[in-house]
Amino acid sequence: MTEKNIKNKTENKAPNKSNGLDSKEIKEEEQVILTPWKLVLRKFKKNKVAVAGMIIFSIMVFLALFAPILTPYDPYTMDFSQVNQPPSKAHLMGTDELGRDYLTRILYGGRVSMQVGLFAVIIEIIIGALVGGLAGYYGGWVDNLLMRIVEIFMAFPFLPIAITISAVIGPEVAPEKRMYIMMFIIGLLSWGGLARMIRGQILSLREQEFIQAAKALGIRDSRIIWKHLIPNTLGYIIVSATLGMAGAIMSEAGLSFLGLGVTPPVPTWGNLVQNARDIYVLKNRVWLWLPPGVAIFFAVMSINLFGDGLRDAIDPKSK
Amino acid sequence: MLKYIIRRLLHMIPVILIISIVIFGIVKMAPGDPVGTNLDPKATAEQRAAERARLGLDKPLPVQYWNWLTRSVKGDFGDSYIYKKPVSDVVPNFIWNTFLLNVVDFILAFLISIPIGIICAVKQYSKTDNFWTVFSIIGISMPSFFFGLLLIYIFSVKLNAFPINGMVTPGKNATGWAHIKDVMHHIFLPALVLVIGSMASLVRYTRTSMLEVINQDYIRTARSKGLSEKVVIYKHAFRNALIPIMTIIGFWIPGLFSGAVILETTFVWPGIGNVMMDAISARDYNLIMALNMFFALLTLLGNLLADIGYALVDPRIKVE
Amino acid sequence: MGNLLEVQDLRTYFYTDDGVVKAVDGVNFSVEAGKTIGIVGESGCGKSITAMSILRLIPDPPGKIVSGKIMFNGEDLTKVSDEKIRHIRGNDISMIFQEPMTSLNPVFTVGFQIMEALMLHQNLDESEARKKAIEMLKLVGIPRAEKIVDEYPHQLSGGMRQRVMIAMAVSCQPKLLIADEPTTALDVTIQAQILELMNDLKNKLNTSIMLITHDLGVVAEMSDHVVVMYSGKIVEDAPVDELFKNPRHPYTIGLMNSIPSLIEEGKRLESISGSVPNPLYLPKGCYFHPRCKFATDECRKGQPSLREIAPGHKVSCFRAEEVTK
Repeated sequence: MTEKNIKNKTENKAPNKSNGLDSKEIKEEEQVILTPWKLVLRKFKKNKVAVAGMIIFSIMVFLALFAPILTPYDPYTMDFSQVNQPPSKAHLMGTDELGRDYLTRILYGGRVSMQVGLFAVIIEIIIGALVGGLAGYYGGWVDNLLMRIVEIFMAFPFLPIAITISAVIGPEVAPEKRMYIMMFIIGLLSWGGLARMIRGQILSLREQEFIQAAKALGIRDSRIIWKHLIPNTLGYIIVSATLGMAGAIMSEAGLSFLGLGVTPPVPTWGNLVQNARDIYVLKNRVWLWLPPGVAIFFAVMSINLFGDGLRDAIDPKSK
Repeated sequence: MLKYIIRRLLHMIPVILIISIVIFGIVKMAPGDPVGTNLDPKATAEQRAAERARLGLDKPLPVQYWNWLTRSVKGDFGDSYIYKKPVSDVVPNFIWNTFLLNVVDFILAFLISIPIGIICAVKQYSKTDNFWTVFSIIGISMPSFFFGLLLIYIFSVKLNAFPINGMVTPGKNATGWAHIKDVMHHIFLPALVLVIGSMASLVRYTRTSMLEVINQDYIRTARSKGLSEKVVIYKHAFRNALIPIMTIIGFWIPGLFSGAVILETTFVWPGIGNVMMDAISARDYNLIMALNMFFALLTLLGNLLADIGYALVDPRIKVE
Repeated sequence: MGNLLEVQDLRTYFYTDDGVVKAVDGVNFSVEAGKTIGIVGESGCGKSITAMSILRLIPDPPGKIVSGKIMFNGEDLTKVSDEKIRHIRGNDISMIFQEPMTSLNPVFTVGFQIMEALMLHQNLDESEARKKAIEMLKLVGIPRAEKIVDEYPHQLSGGMRQRVMIAMAVSCQPKLLIADEPTTALDVTIQAQILELMNDLKNKLNTSIMLITHDLGVVAEMSDHVVVMYSGKIVEDAPVDELFKNPRHPYTIGLMNSIPSLIEEGKRLESISGSVPNPLYLPKGCYFHPRCKFATDECRKGQPSLREIAPGHKVSCFRAEEVTK
């Protein structure tokens, strides 16, 4: 059809059928039709706590992104004249044992922590969606094989294996590289749950009539997966990604706290809290461990609130 | 049921084998010469070679793996570098310490969380429910190590009410009731961290499970028969809500022997998690491999127990 | 025979985030002892809510019996104590529901669920209750009752489960059995069996039945008296023969005309134009007027009320006298 024809067609709209309703009822009948995504947005907005979570998290992302602009200091520059200073006007969060400005360390630490969280989750999603999608769609031996693999991955206890791998990789690795390694370790050990969930979703969608209709029309498999199945699982993927990011940030924090995640001098919230493993620091230099810990808490909590709210909004059964 | 269990156990074997290969592979990838750690740095080349042969490290990797596997199955995990004793001697003590901590968590968490979860479901959106919702969100968002540090700071350092870490007061050598009191004194803070963390998710889980059940048709039927609200909620509803909770209990039971590395490290609790950290720091490979296998096995057993638990409480499930 | 149950001006409203839903809005009818009353209407007309209001099974929040009386045995059921209404439930007045697949508790045996009511209301001990439960299962036509009594609901078919529900409901010999669409979820052949069973029990146990349904055929077969509901109100109330011979409300007439009849050949099926109004946005005047062929200005402005146009035959329509099939 040429563009001109389409235009003509829409202009020849048939007039609204009158069926005896008076004007008040017609208005009600013309209620705005909400697309599924608009409906999700509306439900989400009603959830004030979730919106608060989103706002808090956005602020933290903002602070992390613009860290270089927000602080005059650099997180690596040492100043031995200013070692272990409590918070003051010059150093709003004090300094650490190498004289580095701590607020800067915390802000940059946020960049690293959130980056690791984000990329770990992206890895999780890519692997998880691929495996789950293929397993759910093709079934049969593909499904069996892939689910066995998932089973094996999920049998590995996260923390012991993560610290083992991290230790094996050794202290030889540069701290900057460690950040990327951590993303992979966390992502690779965590994709199993998502794979199972997506597989389940696809299995139930596959039997629904709109997919059978698509197949009957002769639509290619890849197109069915891409255009019909994945959009319907997108909601769950997004929720899993959000909540998964909270988990990834927690994992990285824990690993770094143990000294087996991202290592100094690269700051991350986890390895900043690590200072408190020294009782003296715990007791006397509260500014060194309290703020980064609180930062982890707020980041994880705000993402959880946001993710929970998102999940409720996407669930067709909730109000 | 027995046939089902046996089938599942058999099914677990290839999984364990693959996991053992992966763990062995990872550990073997570690740089550095494991021989050097045991010997005097001034050892000669022949002495090194002899030690290497003794430890079986001169053989090709698959053979080493096979030797390790066959010996492990018989209970011989080699000697621990740190403790200079066979791994199988070293580990049991620590497992008991971990078990103690976990059992306290398990019992308290379930006893407290389930009634609260039920009440939250029955009084949905009430002030009580909202309070516990907030509690749960905070509980699952709070990193355990940070929470532990906070508690230590407040209660040990500032208030001096509890010891900073450890399981017993060093040098005390108490016995009997005095020893028990000492341990209880030490266990309080780490247990508190664990219990609050467990409650955060358990209350939520119970609440969700109950809510799903309360809105079912058969609850309306129960009410229409004239049963009291207590019977409707605690018998008809809860018995159904128990089904998913049983899977959690099932999963948790093997977990009683598995130590939280982060928590035990924070509180220097002499459990299996702490030992894992020590082994990693010291590159004690025998211990590292054995512990990883142990934790993996516990996870697999947990899956099995969860499924069995489910089948036990849900008459609709037929295990073949 | 006197009136067993009298519903007087019952109003049950639901207070939702989007507004007040007047699910039952001024309903009056009575049930005679030993008779079957059919309550007919489309989904959402308020018939189920009316039934649940009688036993005070309305979830509060968001629902509430706002006003009206439900007289049973000289007492107003809307005002009796919680303890009293629980005593009446399953005992003097019982209810069975539409979905047999989900109305039975999956984790308790069928026998246990029947025994519960018996042990509660008739103070039987476990072995006596079990004997009675088996008797009840036999009464409702379940074969091998001694085995079935120990089985779980998921092991039975839909028809069997509905029989179990009926057994449970009549076990304490209630004076009134409320059946909310008891056969809608069942196959047609099973449907006939269940209805026959209900009639049978009615005669044996002298129980009155309040049958709620959207199926006019079921109504014609089972009821002695019929009440037609629309948008929370009763629009017509008549003995069954009179209703089918001489319907006087446009909605009733529309319902009857929309049923395909094997007898009248060649006539087009008439459907009632438009759709049931959204309970949040009810029309002004008579709720049915937007869809009514006979609507006049009077209908658009004011609401009619039930008035008797023939002995025992009440209609809520301004033009009842002129309206015909």
